[in-house]
Amino acid sequence: MKLKRILLAAAAASVLSGGAAVADSTGITDTSIKIGNTNPYSGPASAYSVIGKAISAYFKELNTQGGINGRTIEFISLDDGYSPPRTVQQVRKLVEKEKIAFLFQSLGTPTNSAIHKYMNQKKVPQLFVATGASKWGQPEKYPWTMGFQPTYDVEGEIYAKYVLENVENPKIAVLFQNDDYGKDYRDGFLRGLGDKKDLIVSMLPYETTDPTVDSQILALKDSGANVFVNISIPKFAAQAIRKACEIDWKPLHLLNNVSSSVSATLKPAGLECSKDLITAQWMKDPTDPQWKGTAGYQEWSAWMDKNLPDADRGDVNYGLGYNVSKLLHHVLDNCEDMTRAGIMACAANVKDLELPMVLPGILVNTSPTDFYPIQAAQLSKFDGEKWALFGSVIDATK
Amino acid sequence: MDLFLQLTLAGLAIGSIYACVALAVVMIYQATDHFNFAQGEMAMFSTFVAWALFQATGSIWLAFVLAVAASFIAGIIIERVIVKPVESAPVFNQIIVFIGLLMIFNNLAGWFWEHTTKTLPSLFPEDMGFESTLISSHNLGVIVFTLALLLVVFLFFKFTKVGLAMKAAAANPDSARLVGVSVGWMLALGWGLASAIGAVGGVLVAPIVFLEPNMMSGVLLYGFAGALFGGVNSPGGAVAGGLIVGVLENWARQYVPGGSELGLTFALVLIVGVLMFKPAGLFGRVVVKRV
Repeated sequence: MKLKRILLAAAAASVLSGGAAVADSTGITDTSIKIGNTNPYSGPASAYSVIGKAISAYFKELNTQGGINGRTIEFISLDDGYSPPRTVQQVRKLVEKEKIAFLFQSLGTPTNSAIHKYMNQKKVPQLFVATGASKWGQPEKYPWTMGFQPTYDVEGEIYAKYVLENVENPKIAVLFQNDDYGKDYRDGFLRGLGDKKDLIVSMLPYETTDPTVDSQILALKDSGANVFVNISIPKFAAQAIRKACEIDWKPLHLLNNVSSSVSATLKPAGLECSKDLITAQWMKDPTDPQWKGTAGYQEWSAWMDKNLPDADRGDVNYGLGYNVSKLLHHVLDNCEDMTRAGIMACAANVKDLELPMVLPGILVNTSPTDFYPIQAAQLSKFDGEKWALFGSVIDATK
Repeated sequence: MDLFLQLTLAGLAIGSIYACVALAVVMIYQATDHFNFAQGEMAMFSTFVAWALFQATGSIWLAFVLAVAASFIAGIIIERVIVKPVESAPVFNQIIVFIGLLMIFNNLAGWFWEHTTKTLPSLFPEDMGFESTLISSHNLGVIVFTLALLLVVFLFFKFTKVGLAMKAAAANPDSARLVGVSVGWMLALGWGLASAIGAVGGVLVAPIVFLEPNMMSGVLLYGFAGALFGGVNSPGGAVAGGLIVGVLENWARQYVPGGSELGLTFALVLIVGVLMFKPAGLFGRVVVKRV
């Protein structure tokens, strides 16, 4: 029986790694699994480090309940300061010295890009990375890397389709952050416009070092646009919303999901000014009262009370950390073959999984050819108090 | 025409903030001959203190006054405890201390108050008595307030004993000491004033850029550009420099072809250009040292 399992594992491994026949179970014993992670606990992106904190808290609690199938989780999360060279250094340490089984939810687009090739050469899974870039789902080229959230370009495409279907004579203004993240969104939006790209009357970038985007907003208004696609992180999104309001510019305002948090963006910008914003959502905003009654929210909320009582509940990333931990928990819980290749195969075999803080109707699905776990979103309009979903769930795969 | 006016006024408002930072930088530069790289982060930290006080008291003006006072005292303590011991150390040691302070304040703020953006209400009333989409009441208030602040600083140095003593201590420490000025304490006072001015700048800028630990990182660079442009040893020049940088930056983005991507580049070109062609800045004195 045991022999059979080993043989199966080896077979699975050879399918995935393209020939290397030895089942690699580094980091996994009968009583423990070692999981690595990098997060920006310091530096410019340290706001996101709450994801790392949430995941640590999740596994800590899980271990007190006996872990997963008798194995405790040793979660080692290191600080990379959002600096790619440090990510490389820390991940090497995790893989070569700590001998982790796999890397989980390491955060950031530039940081994950820096270790993308390394992880695939070493054949160590780089699971459910915390970035919305589109390059994490290429199973043929990078069989050891898998994304998690809906990608930025897919979201951009959804906005373009909405504009084409719902606005008469659209004249479009675009503000985007001048880096990989902003360009991914922008390119998705352009792809969605198809041959109607000349509807864009003005497109302006900003840098994260700019103190404000006020001058960009003044110029975008001056272009005479009646649609405004706002691709910016919370701080700049809030500035843009407030400035547009101040100068009395009222276009159809499409706000990227990255900045859709009521407490981090809309409250600072002013709720009255935020009225009628449209965004595409896939997670439940913890500050949004409409979720308070749902089972998923209550599960998360009770968990927060118990494990992170002092945390800022308005921060949507605590929900994200909880969601993705749940997903990994599910994958490991249902995995027979506990080797690196086996875990990768299990991660690529999730069917219709519901996560507590993800919108109803959006399910996690993966397959050996589909390395994008969540690919659906639903449009939502801000009514001055909360986001009100409208239309149906838009699945980018269909 | 509307666009031009709006750009100019928005430029003046953000330029006022650069001016505050530039002024704080110049205060310390005059006294010590060094740029305090932690100036922006100290101002950010002060702003968080103001935010916390506002949460506790509910009055933004009270929070503002208390935070500025606290920053003044904290500035003096920092000079006495951290900067004084390295006073006679080589320049590099001092710069490392400043950069260390920068990181410490940045991380402390994140640790105490987390990284989500926070809103600090404006010091000025929403209703400015007339309707306009050209400038918001807060921006107008910022411009007026900064100019008033400059006037106060000017009067302080011109007409008060302490102000004169501070100037003397900075200009010629040996002679100042001989006539009984306590040079060390004057330096500490300079740090206190600089950090208080920084706090004012922080509280003024927070309603525009929103409060979070990296609030001042962009502002500081433009503040340096303003200080250099106006002249590193001229407080009035620093304020003028800050205002000019704010306005020029906005114009350049809009009217220079391809300028929309060049905001920061513009500030850096300005810094390099000034250092190359007019190191003393527009309004600064050329310092001649007898050897």
